[in-house]
Amino acid sequence: MTAAIEVRGLRRVFRVRQGLFAPPRQVVAVDGVSFAVPAGSVLGVVGESGCGKSTLARLILGLLPPTEGEVLVDGRRLSEMDRRARARLIQPVFQDPFASLNPRRRVKDIVAMPLVAQGSVPAAEAARRVAEMLERVGLSQEQGERFPAQLSGGQRQRVAIARALVLRPRIVVCDEPTSALDVSVQAQILNLLAELRRDLGLTYLFISHNLAVVEHVASEVAVMYLGRIVERNESEALFRAPAHPYTRALLASVLTPEPGLGVPDVGLGDTLPDPANIPPGCRFHPRCPQAFGRCPAEAPAAWPAAGGGFAECHLLDPAAPGAAPREALRQEA
Amino acid sequence: MSGAVLVPAGAAGGAPRWLRSLGLALGLLIVGLVAFAAVFGPSLVPHDPFAQDLGNRLAVPVWMEGGSWTHPLGTDQLGRDYLARLVYGARISMVIGLATVIASGLIGTTLGVLGGFFGGRVDDAVLFVITCRLSIPVVLVALAVVGLMGSSFTLVILVLGLLLWDRFAVVARSTTMQVRNLDYVAAAWCAGASRAAILWREVLPNIATHLAVVATLEMALAILLEAALSFLGLGVPPPLPSWGLMIAEAKDYMFFSPWVIMIPGIALFVLVFGINLLGDGLRDMLGTQDAR
Repeated sequence: MTAAIEVRGLRRVFRVRQGLFAPPRQVVAVDGVSFAVPAGSVLGVVGESGCGKSTLARLILGLLPPTEGEVLVDGRRLSEMDRRARARLIQPVFQDPFASLNPRRRVKDIVAMPLVAQGSVPAAEAARRVAEMLERVGLSQEQGERFPAQLSGGQRQRVAIARALVLRPRIVVCDEPTSALDVSVQAQILNLLAELRRDLGLTYLFISHNLAVVEHVASEVAVMYLGRIVERNESEALFRAPAHPYTRALLASVLTPEPGLGVPDVGLGDTLPDPANIPPGCRFHPRCPQAFGRCPAEAPAAWPAAGGGFAECHLLDPAAPGAAPREALRQEA
Repeated sequence: MSGAVLVPAGAAGGAPRWLRSLGLALGLLIVGLVAFAAVFGPSLVPHDPFAQDLGNRLAVPVWMEGGSWTHPLGTDQLGRDYLARLVYGARISMVIGLATVIASGLIGTTLGVLGGFFGGRVDDAVLFVITCRLSIPVVLVALAVVGLMGSSFTLVILVLGLLLWDRFAVVARSTTMQVRNLDYVAAAWCAGASRAAILWREVLPNIATHLAVVATLEMALAILLEAALSFLGLGVPPPLPSWGLMIAEAKDYMFFSPWVIMIPGIALFVLVFGINLLGDGLRDMLGTQDAR
């Protein structure tokens, strides 16, 4: 069975102009990412801001051309696909529903826009499908006559979902679909997305920095750090036994409702990763509490982790003699 | 927030709200009155603006001693009814202002939107053209063109329309660049919309308010420039009653008949003031609406 989304050796470099005569700086946003998402499943992508997860989403949506590598959607190369055929297959839901809806158009026209872009859907048919879709996402016909500014954040995100699904695509790329919403509304939108996936047999690529959200929706999780997937596993296995030190730190950073604990210290330090200046060797080593001699020198391979996934970490190398004792030393100190 | 693009700087502070809406109302009233005068005035005023009456030169307006309602604003140095000429001049100012805004708006918006939307080399080319335009002195070009081809009404419109598009281009370019990166444009790409459809339905409606504000500024500028050119004898040729030309013709008589220079001067000031009020009010109104 062909994967819904398959990504091979994807790499995207941005050239940032620094001035008229200075040489442009290179920012590697996505660096050698490969994965496949089976049809009907949900791949959650987590990572800090700046780790390249939104760039990954834009590459998969065809909004950005990759510097290297290729994206296959439903077994076909994205770059060779007609824009209308691509639209029928894969659609986005963006983070900020205040920026993702054209403020000058009525809700029903926003939802109808993909149908109009197809150029072959009669107006009556389009109106019928828009009405059907609005009802499906829980909006009234009367709300279809309004402008986005007259709707709440949650309602706007429902409009964005309706627009994404009106062409009945099979794949939806959700780029932080709930992080701009009030907490009380987040659950409603997540439940709506889950319900729609079940009923319509959709495949999701679900990008978020919120681990709780990803745990809730994803069947498989990929952890991104500075443009690479450093660990990937079945959702349950990853949350039960994280293999990569970065994943462990991310899980430890989730705030608990316990009072008095405050913000947890995860030992990552406060240096933020800079995609314009990726460290040599393992890109996580400057912040890794368990780094040892090999880490700055050599990029780790993808070692198998319990549960069928992998993690890119020297600690998992069964043939690395230096790993265990040094790690122990560090922890004692 | 998406509104960031559409909120003008300083919309939050500045004059109180009622004062700003008063400004808008006043601007609308002034521009509306002048537009009414331009359209219907010449048929309402009983005198012909071109009919000379040398026996009745420089008659005083009605509010001065010896004035009469026959010529409410008096007559000029050739005995032509000043009200008729003023009203006919309003038509010339408005036509020149509107035609210039339409021509320069089309040129500037097209260039700016293309540069801002496509970026890269297209944008470099557009920027180069804008820079070239900014280094051309409008008055000198107008001088040269009129010197070569002789002054005429259409020539003034052509020169101004072809030269006053720079602000349209700069504003259209920068707002398009901001709108282009918003997610609703990304969503339109993903929906399979064509470039033309994205420009027409997603980008243009969202920069239109900014362009409307520029249009008012440019219209005021065009009217002032036309008056200046006509004053210099390079604009609308006599005997057409342009306000700039009326000021020029009146300057020889201003010592003994000051109203002949004051009346068209005040008219010009009030119209430009009104257009600017309208532009400011428009900006505030649309800005706050989008910010919500």
